[in-house]
Amino acid sequence: MPKNTIGYAKADYEGVISTLCAGCGHDSISGAIVQACYEMAIEPHRVAKLSGIGCSSKTPNYFLNNSHGFNSVHGRMPSVATGANMANRDLIYLGVSGDGDTASIGMGQFVHAIRRNLNMLYIVMNNGCYGLTKGQDSATADQGSVSKSGSVNPFEGIDLPGMALELGATFVARSFSGDKTQLVPLIKAALSHKGFALIDVMSPCVTFNNNAGSTKSYDYVRDHIEALAEIGFVPEKEEITVSYETGTTVDVELHDGSVVHLQKLADGWDPRDRQAAMRRLQAAKTEGEILTGLLYIDPNSKDLHEVIKSDSRPLNSLKEEDLCPGSAILDLINEDFR
Amino acid sequence: MLKNLRIADLSNHTSLKPTEIKNPEYFHKVVDCQYACPAHTPVPEYIRLIAAERYTEAYMVNWESNVFPGVLGRTCDRPCEPACRRGRVEEEPVAICRLKRVAADNKGDVKAFMPQGPFASNGKRIALIGGGPAALTVARDLAPLGYQIDLYDDQDRGGGMMRSQIPSFRLPENVLNEEVNFILDLGIHTHFKTRVDSLRGVLDKGYDAVFVGTGAPKGKDLADLPGRWDSSGNIHIGIEWLASVAFEHTQKIGKKVLVLGGGNTAMDCCRTSRRLGGEEVKVVVRSPRKEMKASPWEIEDALHEDIPIFENHVPKAFVTENGKLVGMTFEKVEPKYENSRRKLVPTGEPLVFFEADDVLIAIGQENSFPWIERDLGLEFNEWGLPALNETTFQSTVPNVFFGGDAALGPKNVITAVAQGHQAAVSIDLYCNQQSLTERPSPYTNLISQKMGIHEWIYDSDVTTDIRYKVPHADKSLTLKDRKKEVELGFSQDTGFKEAQRCLNCDVQTVFSESRCIECDACVDICPTTCITFTTNGEEEDLRTRLNAPANDTSQDLYVSDSLKTGRVMIKDENVCLHCGLCAERCPTSAWDMQKYLYSVTKAGNQCGILQELTT
Repeated sequence: MPKNTIGYAKADYEGVISTLCAGCGHDSISGAIVQACYEMAIEPHRVAKLSGIGCSSKTPNYFLNNSHGFNSVHGRMPSVATGANMANRDLIYLGVSGDGDTASIGMGQFVHAIRRNLNMLYIVMNNGCYGLTKGQDSATADQGSVSKSGSVNPFEGIDLPGMALELGATFVARSFSGDKTQLVPLIKAALSHKGFALIDVMSPCVTFNNNAGSTKSYDYVRDHIEALAEIGFVPEKEEITVSYETGTTVDVELHDGSVVHLQKLADGWDPRDRQAAMRRLQAAKTEGEILTGLLYIDPNSKDLHEVIKSDSRPLNSLKEEDLCPGSAILDLINEDFR
Repeated sequence: MLKNLRIADLSNHTSLKPTEIKNPEYFHKVVDCQYACPAHTPVPEYIRLIAAERYTEAYMVNWESNVFPGVLGRTCDRPCEPACRRGRVEEEPVAICRLKRVAADNKGDVKAFMPQGPFASNGKRIALIGGGPAALTVARDLAPLGYQIDLYDDQDRGGGMMRSQIPSFRLPENVLNEEVNFILDLGIHTHFKTRVDSLRGVLDKGYDAVFVGTGAPKGKDLADLPGRWDSSGNIHIGIEWLASVAFEHTQKIGKKVLVLGGGNTAMDCCRTSRRLGGEEVKVVVRSPRKEMKASPWEIEDALHEDIPIFENHVPKAFVTENGKLVGMTFEKVEPKYENSRRKLVPTGEPLVFFEADDVLIAIGQENSFPWIERDLGLEFNEWGLPALNETTFQSTVPNVFFGGDAALGPKNVITAVAQGHQAAVSIDLYCNQQSLTERPSPYTNLISQKMGIHEWIYDSDVTTDIRYKVPHADKSLTLKDRKKEVELGFSQDTGFKEAQRCLNCDVQTVFSESRCIECDACVDICPTTCITFTTNGEEEDLRTRLNAPANDTSQDLYVSDSLKTGRVMIKDENVCLHCGLCAERCPTSAWDMQKYLYSVTKAGNQCGILQELTT
């Protein structure tokens, strides 16, 4: 068994055997999370995985079995993650949600986590249907997509990356469960990003939404996918060795010194331009393309702790003298309000 | 089409061709134990039968393939075990040989399953010269086809070297007798105590074909060593001495015994000596211990019986005082390796003297054909072995065939059996005026295994199961009685547990491109990361860029045809555990677990027993 730099085998990042349907895209995403954490040599006990309700939200049982976990009420994962993050900023927060958990019941929680730029990775396992209740259209189902029972979805689908950009998200990406060469580096970059990182992953529901006419089937996604760039994640200590023609690559340095290396860029694409990202998403939608890759990143992102200037230490490490600094300090504070 | 996967331009590469799984040898090779077995016994098949307590059937699967399951379950050289896939998960392979014995010990009445005579005569007569494993195999394969079989042997019973060279404490006589008699009861005309002194004489009797299975009956000597002939009454040739013990001509040996040689015969000699009065028995070998030819478990058993082994000692002289052997001198050497060749270089230390009342020379054996006239047209090669076609075992006299140690030199029982089967096929083709080189193809079958919804909830843990030890009878008992069997064999319970260690490599992972939707479920679930979907390329390059590099080039890559995205599926056969998780995870049954049966076809296309039992 090969080991990573801190001595863990890949199996140490795995969970129990999945009970999802055979061939579910979610299992591939779990596999990508395992792969990314193994390659980044993250200590499992430094990760907190959180989820809500749904097929997607079952998956934290299937990866990172040695990490902290919290399975919250339906749609409330962002709130629980906010609380946990506020209490202990030293952990790495990995939220997993589905299209129902995020775009319907949990929409109110989701948007506020984005606008506060909570330091977490938020993965949406997006299959456009309610798989756990036999495949009804979800809020992200595209208009005109045909369900397994033959009904055509009459409503506009919610585009999560577009909405996240609108709300000021600082890391926005889209990917496909069937493409680990793209998904794994995206997860690594997102875990290194300081602030809210959204990865919307097309994840076909093999049982209820993999039929002809569905816009979220394996075949449809493969036929309409359009990647903005090939992405590579370069850890802090390694050098970028492959060189490409200028203008075809962009390197984005993250706060921890690691680099997101984008090559073979689509016509001069710059992932640091929020407006261009929004325009590009709209254009792709008109063209009927599914745009994937790193859509937008703000390398100078300030996360919630920085904005509210909270203590740099986790709450559990604060002693009584930190929490009750005495009347002299209280007097100083009160003086401020005069 | 997946654009961001950048399908490589394949025009400049020689890509791997899709694996031809229709070729019977491809999946055969994946069943490592069966592939390694000279007789290609379907090992996983009979291990499953043992686990199901179907010992009779397990025995018959063996009997059809290797003819002597009870004998081989105790004495086989076990080429299957080093090949066993379990050895890649843990240190120790499945105890295949000892499981075979479990089948034999619990077989019950098997005669009803064997061919029932009398057989309608086909008018052809065959002579078998020698009554060992090779000749008996030919007899068993040909008798049911209506051949009249005349078997000649100078002993008074059948079995050949299995009787004369394998001591009773490893192979009880009743086990051997039973399995020899299964064959003789098929209506074989036996001519025991009949030494054949002339091949011409046999040919003159008008047989349609003659099979020579006379073994390698001549033990090597140290004829030129000083002192060899001064007290020759106490210096014995290993295999002759073992035969003499087996036929009860020899009852005892001196207290101090030296055994020269490092093969299994040497191990049998030293252990037999311990039972005939040898108190200080030593084994002395020329080469380093790790180069000894004896099976590791035989060496272990000898050490257990307080027999030390001295390595790197080259015999120099026999020492005799007053006409009585008192010992031997040896020169100490050390191995030096130059250009991958090993030389034994004297260390310069003074000669070593070991006391001895008797010396047993077990340094190898040779073929000997003084009874074959050299003007018959039967050619011999430079090693004194008959010139043979190694597939058909036909000699340069068209109706004379060879098998066993007499054919290609000394090997082992299972090789003799395998050669016997092939010689029988040749004799049958020859007697029917058919081409000997057009061999019948093996009987194969590939059967899909059911995977229902209940198999969805499974356990991916490949359990680490440590090999079970075979219990031994107490040393204080076995050393007193040379006929007391040392190994007691597995109980049914332990046999079941050991059988559960088998990974069922014959249940193959069969992949169909047309069904695959490339969802990656199999890649994620595989406990050994042996499945990769990638762009095709040259094998050398591909082996390095699989999810887990495939470094063992002796093991194949299973390559699919091109998939929808232009990629191919590649599975490294080396590390696949045949756990079936890929098939259970697959939403479209692109992976299917199919049981593969491969049986070497016997003379007259008989494969009835196996076919009946396993479909």
